[in-house]
Amino acid sequence: MAGQSGTGTSATRRLGVLVIFLLATLALCGLWFSAEDVVQGSTVRIMYIHVPSIWTAYIAFGLTALCSGVYLSGKNRSLAWDRVAGASGEIGVLFVAVSLITGSMWGRLTWGTYWVWDARLTSTAFLFITYVGYLAVRQLGGTHRQRARRSSVLALLAILEIPLVHFSVTLWRSLHQEASVANPNAKVELDGLMLFSLFLGLVAFTLLFVWLVLHRQRGMMLEDAFSDRGLDVAITARRNEAGA
Amino acid sequence: MSGAGINKRRIAVAVARKDLTIEWNSRILVNQVAPFAAIVMVLFAFALDNDGILLRVAPGLVWLATLFSMLVVVQRSFTVESADGALDALRVAGVDMGAIFVGKAIALMVQLFVLELMLVATAVVLYGVEMTLAGFCEAIVTLVVATIGLGSVGTLYGGLAAGARGRETLLPLLLLPAVAPVLIGATRATEAAFGSGGTTVSEGWPWIGLLLVFAVLFSAAGTVAFGPLVDE
Repeated sequence: MAGQSGTGTSATRRLGVLVIFLLATLALCGLWFSAEDVVQGSTVRIMYIHVPSIWTAYIAFGLTALCSGVYLSGKNRSLAWDRVAGASGEIGVLFVAVSLITGSMWGRLTWGTYWVWDARLTSTAFLFITYVGYLAVRQLGGTHRQRARRSSVLALLAILEIPLVHFSVTLWRSLHQEASVANPNAKVELDGLMLFSLFLGLVAFTLLFVWLVLHRQRGMMLEDAFSDRGLDVAITARRNEAGA
Repeated sequence: MSGAGINKRRIAVAVARKDLTIEWNSRILVNQVAPFAAIVMVLFAFALDNDGILLRVAPGLVWLATLFSMLVVVQRSFTVESADGALDALRVAGVDMGAIFVGKAIALMVQLFVLELMLVATAVVLYGVEMTLAGFCEAIVTLVVATIGLGSVGTLYGGLAAGARGRETLLPLLLLPAVAPVLIGATRATEAAFGSGGTTVSEGWPWIGLLLVFAVLFSAAGTVAFGPLVDE
């Protein structure tokens, strides 16, 4: 780490440039080139952010669970797994927030209301709060190992909790329009450029996520190293005091 | 192996008995938590201020009051452990953490069950709820199954938040989203038992099924995860 400033490497810089290019193309395709929807008009353009952000959030929470599982099961428990889990969790929370905000903006324009008590919306809100709780547990303090252990178990519990919440909320009520692309029985109703923009969004956001996680977990590694060093420095200072 | 099994059961019983004895001697549940729950029920009546609405939403209010009171009871259950390092002492003694979980969860379930019975009685008295015999039986089954779920999750997250800075504020953030399925399931089942909103008793049983799934999953998860969560 010595001599390196920041959390980037040449590889992440290249990835960053690619992400900027893809996001710029997405903005052009989404806002300019793609046509308005017959029914929804220009509000359909929110979809190019909304769908990729919830997609990214699912990937993020999946990665958090995966890394937590690896951390708990491994014989050599490397804290790197925990840091990737944590970084991924943080960024997942960010993207769920983006998808909730863009979703309620779309809802206001299309349904005339910011929020409806629909099953998918409600369980997404729970997803958000559950991982805010996960991040709060990461901030509890204690040693890095304690943090890793606690938050890994919690991430796995969340995997148990989320389907249950989703299932019970679905039983409670369901109005959300069927997913129109992921449903194999339905005809895909999007025209070529709209579909292209949507998939471009998925790719761009996924790469953005990878880029953010790489930087964030390196940032966390530096934070951990800093707090370890801080402790060492303090111990040395006390020893010197005692010796003097 | 069977010896270890008996040993675990004895540990669980001992822990549960210890918690209930502490409760019996301090009377916190009776003197503080139950009056708190009762005042919450009265405040709901002030806020809603309409007999018809109260009767309609009585089941939800019973369970909301249960969840709020549960936060207090769970805090209390782990304050007695972390105050003088009792949990650390048990850990040092090599006591099985799964058995401690079961013991503490049982003690919590007993307290919650008493509280819920009191809340249902309050709803009958204050909100004018009337039940048939079949409805009463369904209400009791709902209370039992929901309590097993709540006791398991409460003990699990209570143990996690115990001994941490800012745990008073952390516990609701972790616990309330996790128990949302219980609130949904138990409220619907209790509605059926109370007959609120024209529901019939038979409509409640599928919701009790949901509560049962929750109870089984989280009591199993708790036994496995409690040790790693409070460890170190």
